[in-house]
Amino acid sequence: MSLKKQDLLRMYKTMLLIRRFEEQAVQFSLQGELRGSLHPCIGQEATNVGAVFALRPDDLMTCTYRGHGHCIAKGLDPREGMAELLGRETGCSKGKGGSMHWTDPAIGLLGENAIVGAGAPIAVGAALSAKLDGSDRVAITFFGDGAINQGALLEALNLAAAWQAPVIFFCENNLYSEMTPIANMIGTETLAERAEGFGIPAMIVDGYDVIEVYEKTSEAVARARAGGGPTFIEAKTYRLFGHMVGDNEPYRTREEVEEWRARDPIKTFPERLQKEFKIAKKEIEAIREEVEAEIAEIARFALESPWPKVEEIETFVFA
Amino acid sequence: MREITYAQALREALDEEMERDPNILLLGEDIGVYGGVFKVTEGLLEKYGPDRVIETPISEAGFVGAAVGLAMTGKRPMAELMFMDFAWVASDQIFNQAAKMRYMSGGRVKVPLVIRTQQGGGRGNAAQHSQSLEAVFTHIPGLKVALPSNPYDAKGLLKTALRDDNPVVFIEHKLLYNTKGPVPVEDYTVPFGQAAIKRPGDDVTLVSLSRTVLHALEAAEAAAEEGIDVEVIDLRTTVPLDLDTIVQSLKKTNRLVVAHEAHRRLGIGAEIAALVQEHAFDYLDAPILRVAAMDIPIPYSRVLEDVALPGPQDILDAVRRVVA
Ligand SMILES: Cc1ncc(C[n+]2csc(CCOP(=O)(O)OP(=O)(O)O)c2C)c(N)n1
Ligand SMILES: [Mg+2]
Repeated sequence: MSLKKQDLLRMYKTMLLIRRFEEQAVQFSLQGELRGSLHPCIGQEATNVGAVFALRPDDLMTCTYRGHGHCIAKGLDPREGMAELLGRETGCSKGKGGSMHWTDPAIGLLGENAIVGAGAPIAVGAALSAKLDGSDRVAITFFGDGAINQGALLEALNLAAAWQAPVIFFCENNLYSEMTPIANMIGTETLAERAEGFGIPAMIVDGYDVIEVYEKTSEAVARARAGGGPTFIEAKTYRLFGHMVGDNEPYRTREEVEEWRARDPIKTFPERLQKEFKIAKKEIEAIREEVEAEIAEIARFALESPWPKVEEIETFVFA
Repeated sequence: MREITYAQALREALDEEMERDPNILLLGEDIGVYGGVFKVTEGLLEKYGPDRVIETPISEAGFVGAAVGLAMTGKRPMAELMFMDFAWVASDQIFNQAAKMRYMSGGRVKVPLVIRTQQGGGRGNAAQHSQSLEAVFTHIPGLKVALPSNPYDAKGLLKTALRDDNPVVFIEHKLLYNTKGPVPVEDYTVPFGQAAIKRPGDDVTLVSLSRTVLHALEAAEAAAEEGIDVEVIDLRTTVPLDLDTIVQSLKKTNRLVVAHEAHRRLGIGAEIAALVQEHAFDYLDAPILRVAAMDIPIPYSRVLEDVALPGPQDILDAVRRVVA
């Protein structure tokens, strides 16, 4: 395994930061500081972090409205992320986009997206662009199980196969698309086997095991970088929160949620770090304290940030 | 008369029509067990079963296309697009297929399809979940377009839509679902192509539609306090468009303001202004004014969204200017 102790601790810290960030965002939403819909990635942090840590900073990425975790893992300044959620001028999208439209090309982030499936062809284009440049950058696109039934996504799979584009299709199968069980909406056992029909190698990973996600994604990234074309990854994962703030979750049982909660990586990963990797408890506690301090600073920064200037409302319609 | 919400009125229309006509069936995302994200289809799966309340994958192009096929073979489907913005995903099936089938076939087939959706901003849902697109559907021949502003019209217009033999784009507003209003228990319909005079007045004709009608009425009350008597007209449908009611009103007021939440550029206000100058130029004593959303993607931040979208104050300002 190529992961060193420092990497493991960084993984833990990032996962925890994402969890606490999302909890703070939920808080802001309930307090009315944050408008519109908020789709927390609570429960999917190991999936997000494992995958994004397999990338280089200059690799390209598209994700969805449930993308805060991926973006923070990729290096988006969480203060700018929170400011965006509060609609402030200092937000990563200047307050114009909100929760579903974080964008930061400086870290390779070509945008979250509020249209299911729409990020996939964009990632294929970005991958093709890298290939045409003769660079070894790769692109990754994150999407949910529900997106697998969108035309744009299926067309993107074929384009990537036909062009042998250096792109990773990363499907976070959290069992539900909004309130609908994905199992009722497809004719195959797995989502991964869909990709095989397009001639794209596919694998299934345990999205609650951050190390496994990291290792499998690293394989896919290595193949793409070496000119071996696209890979499809289906990560079995779960959200421990509703689809969005306000979802009363009539479509799933408490038992099911509790079963997954028992495996919650935010709880189990530090235990594993101690047992399997002999990392001292106090190092883990230090990280917790660090994250708490960071969250306080993130919230303060966002709340104290200025509102966008109304005179600039038309800025950025065109380049 | 009893008062019910807009959402409840829509549900009653679906329920009563489904009971009346076994060929009516519903397709859409999360419309079954969950009852739709705005709860309009709540209870219908239990009552009519999965053959008539069909939960779909997130495949708008697919299920709207399937609805066209269902419609061409004797069914009367209602396809629900959770947000208007997703109509773009299904756009080929709407614009190239549903809208043109009847004409291209020389009348050999018909497409009795209702596409129900909701639009509009004001909730901080940002640029891909806040668009108002009635003008786009109004532009493409072959589609009828309805936009109820209140529970009574919601029920009556939806019944008309479900009984129509043509594709109807039925556009609700996300901030109207919880508004209440009087709705009779007895069966009734609201015909297409008949605007409603919501408030009679002698000084200014104020034409509006969907949620903006509520803003228009508020502005009219404020104007009344300044001695300006505004006639508020709710278009209710943009195809067919009731030009006659507008012209009759203009004969009295000689002044016209059109207000809508869609973008100003080529919005329904532009069409009405053009029609009025073609058909009623002689009755105008002042330039026609439009109140509309700015020509920018709908911004997220509340301080920007509030400015981008038209409100009662913007309408009142236009009313004052048109009489000045
Ligand atoms: C084209 C389109 N259709 C419908 C929606 C509404 N919608 C938002 S999220 C969602 C469910 C997506 O499920 P999935 O892809 O599994 O992602 P998850 O939310 O579980 O992360 C739906 C239907 C949308 N945003 N875009
Ligand atoms: Mg899902």
